[in-house]
Amino acid sequence: MNWQIALPELCLGGAGLAILMVGVFAPRGRAYLTCTGLTLGALVATLYLVLTTPSGTGLSHLFVADAYSRFMQTLVLAGSLLALVLSLDFNPAVAIDRFEFPVLVLFATLGMLVMVSAGNCISLYLGLELQSLGIYVLAAFARDDRRSVEAGLKYFVLGALASGLLLYGISLVYGFTGSMNFAHIRDALVATPAPGLVIGIVFMIAGLAFKLSAAPFHMWTPDVYEGAPTSVTALLATAPKVAAIALLLRVLVGPFGHQLGSWQQIVILVSVVSMLWGAFAALGQTNIKRLMAYSSIGHMGYALIGLATGTQAGIRGVMIYMATYVAMSAGSFAVIIAMRRNHRPVERIADLTGLGRTDPALALVLTTLMFSMAGIPPMAGFFGKLYVFLAAVQAGLWALAVIGVLTSVIGAYYYIRIIKVMYFDVGGEALDRRPVALTTVAFATAAFTVFFVIVSHPIIAAAQAASRALLN
Amino acid sequence: MSQFGFPLLSLLVWLPLAGTLGLMLLRGPEESVARAARWVALATSLAVFALSLVLWFRFDPAGGFQFVENHPWLPEFAVSYHLGVDGISVLFVLLATALTPICVLASWDAIKTRVREYMMAFLVLETMMVGMFASLDFVMFYMFFEGVLIPMYLIIGVWGGQRRVYASFKFFLYTLAGSVLMLLALLAMWLHAGTTDIPTLLHTSFPPAMQTWLFLAFLASFAVKVPMWPVHTWLPDAHVEAPTAGSVILAGVLLKMGAYGFLRFSVPMLPLAAAHFAPLMFALGVIAVIYTSMVAFAQTDMKKLIAYSSVAHMGVVVIGIFTFNPQGIDGAIFQMLSHGIVSAALFLCVGVVYDRIHTREIARYGGLADRMPKYALAFMVFTMASVGLPGTAGFVGEILVLIGAFKVNFWLALFGGSGMIFGTIYALVLYRRVLFGRITRDDLKAILDLSPREIAIFAPLLVLTLWMGVYPISFTRFFDPAATALATRHMAALAHPGQTQLAGLNP
Repeated sequence: MNWQIALPELCLGGAGLAILMVGVFAPRGRAYLTCTGLTLGALVATLYLVLTTPSGTGLSHLFVADAYSRFMQTLVLAGSLLALVLSLDFNPAVAIDRFEFPVLVLFATLGMLVMVSAGNCISLYLGLELQSLGIYVLAAFARDDRRSVEAGLKYFVLGALASGLLLYGISLVYGFTGSMNFAHIRDALVATPAPGLVIGIVFMIAGLAFKLSAAPFHMWTPDVYEGAPTSVTALLATAPKVAAIALLLRVLVGPFGHQLGSWQQIVILVSVVSMLWGAFAALGQTNIKRLMAYSSIGHMGYALIGLATGTQAGIRGVMIYMATYVAMSAGSFAVIIAMRRNHRPVERIADLTGLGRTDPALALVLTTLMFSMAGIPPMAGFFGKLYVFLAAVQAGLWALAVIGVLTSVIGAYYYIRIIKVMYFDVGGEALDRRPVALTTVAFATAAFTVFFVIVSHPIIAAAQAASRALLN
Repeated sequence: MSQFGFPLLSLLVWLPLAGTLGLMLLRGPEESVARAARWVALATSLAVFALSLVLWFRFDPAGGFQFVENHPWLPEFAVSYHLGVDGISVLFVLLATALTPICVLASWDAIKTRVREYMMAFLVLETMMVGMFASLDFVMFYMFFEGVLIPMYLIIGVWGGQRRVYASFKFFLYTLAGSVLMLLALLAMWLHAGTTDIPTLLHTSFPPAMQTWLFLAFLASFAVKVPMWPVHTWLPDAHVEAPTAGSVILAGVLLKMGAYGFLRFSVPMLPLAAAHFAPLMFALGVIAVIYTSMVAFAQTDMKKLIAYSSVAHMGVVVIGIFTFNPQGIDGAIFQMLSHGIVSAALFLCVGVVYDRIHTREIARYGGLADRMPKYALAFMVFTMASVGLPGTAGFVGEILVLIGAFKVNFWLALFGGSGMIFGTIYALVLYRRVLFGRITRDDLKAILDLSPREIAIFAPLLVLTLWMGVYPISFTRFFDPAATALATRHMAALAHPGQTQLAGLNP
């Protein structure tokens, strides 16, 4: 059995049930804060368990714990933690401070952890659905806001379609190999290659790319980002992306590792379309949440460059990219949530006008994050791009690398446009005083992006070890 | 640690950043913060300049890379924190450290809003510039090379003129588009050689087919920075909209980054491709000289005129570099240094009258010599240096490049040299229209001559201009051995491709 491998997930699930009870029986006024506090504690405890769980496979190969899952689960938990901290001030402000919120975040996170450590198509699907169900509800959490309900519904309908595609892909793979288990699938494919399998792989990639919001499966992203409460958008932009790309890496490099030829073209295509779409479609946006949606589509395109190489260097690049991406996204959403005037959230890019004068510290933070997103050295975002491009060049994917760097220039336009609005444009009223939690997250992530150049060594070493673990 | 037991170059690179942190900590009412910020920035940049003088006195021209500091940074990728200067880069470090205090002084009264942030941007810029010239690791070089965009984008965009947003975006995106292609070249070289150590790469031979692509990728980046025709169009916009000090640093130092890149990477690391593409570079250089000189003549904006003249002068530099002989390369480096001083001074001259009258229209001026004799003198010396009058800094570089060009091809020298004639026409016309004639406008009648602060700005530049013209050997002695070695190595590499160089280290 070796159930200890799944200890972090089991504990988090148990904690979720307990916190739900606490929420039900706690006094109405205090339930939200109590549950959020407990959830934060549970996530931190899970992080500790993730880092201390020994490597191995457990529960009849349903679960895998290795250096790779530790790295990605740490990122997932970091993303969830940051998003939850960001919701602390936001949710009461828009009157969605119900105790179910942290509990749903917790269960969604549990789903993501299961996705990352899945060793079997069934645990893969269960994790993915648990994650998705939590987020469907969260997206519609502001139930009196039509946009939020629309976002939830849209995400649900399209998400169900993607799940269907994924399941169909899994069934084809099962049909060709006779197993759900990743290790068995791999062995079966090495023994007897199955040419028809490529159809199953395509369906699986399509289903996972949907969760990743990679183009051309990105249609839901801008609407859901814009419509969902911003605290949910902050979550959407960080942890689920890590989980989805972790799963994609696990599946493609693991059971289908020997079939590089059958999925490389598809990943390259998805990557190129994502980079192009993320760059061009964002140019005309006026809503900063929509802009972040397109930005995330583009970022997933860059991350997929690493996967397209199928090499250890590429996997390492993806992991470093995701680490920097989580920090940049969480920081940017901290600033976006801090955009409030007269106690009401504002979300147009033009609302940032004059921030360089009215709140120089916050403007400096957002400037740092935007330069980082644009990939300008010495910020963290540059290193994310550096390592994926390094892998692409090493693998000889020149066209992909050239398209990547050129779209990054187009992308730079809309990132520096935000800096322009903050510093170059005159006028604009001051924003409300920003709460401590947001300030902390914003400054911490900005410091991370600036000092990544000095402190990157342990992260890169961990990514190195993790990518090696994934390939073995 | 360098040979002095203390890390001089690290200090030069990071001291301005420490000054930036100091500026961040200033608190109090805006007026007093602004005053303190000016003094902190001036003190920091002067301290950096004073420290950098150690390079001037202790640098050994025959010694190769010196003041070297080498620490592992990302050991698994063979990337290190590697600083050092050789004959080619040492004077550019000094140029950057010398121009920064002048820029701070030039902005003393001209910048009235967000003074603290302005000074922070300039000190960050100094860190990036010095770091770029002193880097001996390609990844570090690239980081500084692109990092320059951040402060410069803000300087143009926040403190610039009317069309500052357009100019700053154009500057940023043009330069970024070029540099990202260099990034791919960097990665390819990294994977081929297994290291990003520049001294090692200098002794690595790359396959001829690869050299062609690498050269083109470098060209995309450096041609934008130089700037070479036809990708020079960002420069006039950036210059016109930037505040005076921004133009000074842009013309004085940032334009040198591209040509420095040719000297550091394209020519020594890719000798076959460099030789193959030399005719193209000559053609682009000649077009820059002739075409932009004519365009300069047609300008009605003083800053734009000087900006186009910069493109023409940098065309001469490119011609010099690709002659591959000691005279040409010496001349190119000398021309870069003299252009760094002279064009910076010319932009400062424009800044002087702009601060007083708030226009750069040439037609708005005339007869200033009556009211501003000291200014007329300074402007004249720099104009003469710009047209290459013997005895000024401009002459030495141009004549050396022409000698180098003659050795290659008579027609190249003829067309490249025609720039001196065109340059004389537009520069003298500018001088005549602004300084001579009669004062007709009332605001010009009340204009004041140079203030003591402005004299303090111009005096060192004036001395340098004449010193470089009269006694150039005190500058050429720094880079002549390196330039000669570069030319010799280049010829050897062409004669025996792959033989005189060490084999590449494989990762």
